[in-house]
Amino acid sequence: MGDGPPSIWEWIARNWDTGRVGSIKNLLLDHLTMSLVPIVLALVVALPLGLACVRWRWLYQPTSGLMNVVYALPSLPVFMLLISVTGLSQTTVIIPLTFYGMAVLIPAVVDGLASVPDHVRQSAVAMGFTPLRRLISVELPIAVPVVLAGLRVVAVSSISLVSVGALIGQGGLGGLFTRAYQNPFMPPVIVGIVLIVALALVADGLLVLAQRLLTPWVRARKGAGS
Amino acid sequence: MNLLFSFFDWLAGFFGNGENWSGPSGIPMRLLEHLEFSALALALAVLIAIPLGLLIGHTGRGGVIVVISANLARALPTLGLLVMFVLLMGTASSLPVIIPLVLLAVPPILVNTFEGIKGVDPDLRDAAFGMGLRGPQVLGRVSVPVALPLILLGCRLAAIQVVATTTVAAYTGLGGLGRFVIDGFATKDYSSVVGGSVLIVLFALVVQALFALAQRVTVSPGVSRRVKVR
Repeated sequence: MGDGPPSIWEWIARNWDTGRVGSIKNLLLDHLTMSLVPIVLALVVALPLGLACVRWRWLYQPTSGLMNVVYALPSLPVFMLLISVTGLSQTTVIIPLTFYGMAVLIPAVVDGLASVPDHVRQSAVAMGFTPLRRLISVELPIAVPVVLAGLRVVAVSSISLVSVGALIGQGGLGGLFTRAYQNPFMPPVIVGIVLIVALALVADGLLVLAQRLLTPWVRARKGAGS
Repeated sequence: MNLLFSFFDWLAGFFGNGENWSGPSGIPMRLLEHLEFSALALALAVLIAIPLGLLIGHTGRGGVIVVISANLARALPTLGLLVMFVLLMGTASSLPVIIPLVLLAVPPILVNTFEGIKGVDPDLRDAAFGMGLRGPQVLGRVSVPVALPLILLGCRLAAIQVVATTTVAAYTGLGGLGRFVIDGFATKDYSSVVGGSVLIVLFALVVQALFALAQRVTVSPGVSRRVKVR
């Protein structure tokens, strides 16, 4: 070779695992960390907050108002403002993404629990379920489809948003975009976009699978009906 | 507390500096640029997405494609698209920036318009047909007013997206408020970074508030009482 720019496959082969920080493999791993941590954190925080909003209805209005505001904040300036607190670290990307995730998930949890039919709740009470057991074994399972629909949105948008972090040097695969811009060269851009979209699709597919496994009654009912 | 002090120092340094208030790279011009680009991209997206969404929602054909493309669009990394179009088309015009901005703003409007129109109570539509309205009249006088909260939600989500992406687009040389942040970061001028970031955040919040206001003004009170968003 040596004449002309390398093809995209050559470029991938040469940069996949160079052992240095900027290899595609390392960027991919960084990208996974920076998108998975906020997804999980957002869910872990949004569940109790959503439950609290259902338990004490007056909490919901201010919470959802605040989350609407949070969701409207553009990521780049938020990263920039956080730098003075958390430095040029992955945390600077992870914190805002967690909040964006919560902004989607808290309403999802509230809507999910609101979708539990009243007669189901009353049956559980009549069967002698304690409030905690009713929540865990009746209400939450019924809320799963709505919560998971929110989680799919969060997963896909977190995975694509991480790349903006490249502008502060922490963007996982987004680093391929800044590199390609500084040294005009198309293959890294294509590889970055394709890998990010692929990651998002895989995450989305896994969540669809999780929903099927967690709500077997949906298919059972369909099967019986047809 | 040192941090808080330097934060306000930076802010004071940015907003207190007279040079930042005049000329082509001053705050007013940058604000105007940001507004122009965001408004242009949003307007183009609205022009494409709303008629298409109305058509698909009203006829009920092609809905699956809308939903799939909206999900796919959410997965597209904005920075990657920007860099790709700039590398493809150069920086001679702002077209390579406008295209991805519009591309990312169309799906939320399209999918919400579609869902809104599709979700109109069939009984309501039947009643309208029964009163002698024709297809387009039913759409314009019944379906659109009922679906308006969702259509506006789609526009608001698109506006949020556009304002954020316009900021990121400063990286590829676009003007606007993102310049303060990107240039300040490159030259370690933190007062510019912090000041610019605060400006963008305020800008985004004003846009958000305007949409909330627009919703209150345009949505019929009979509709807004039982509306459920997102």
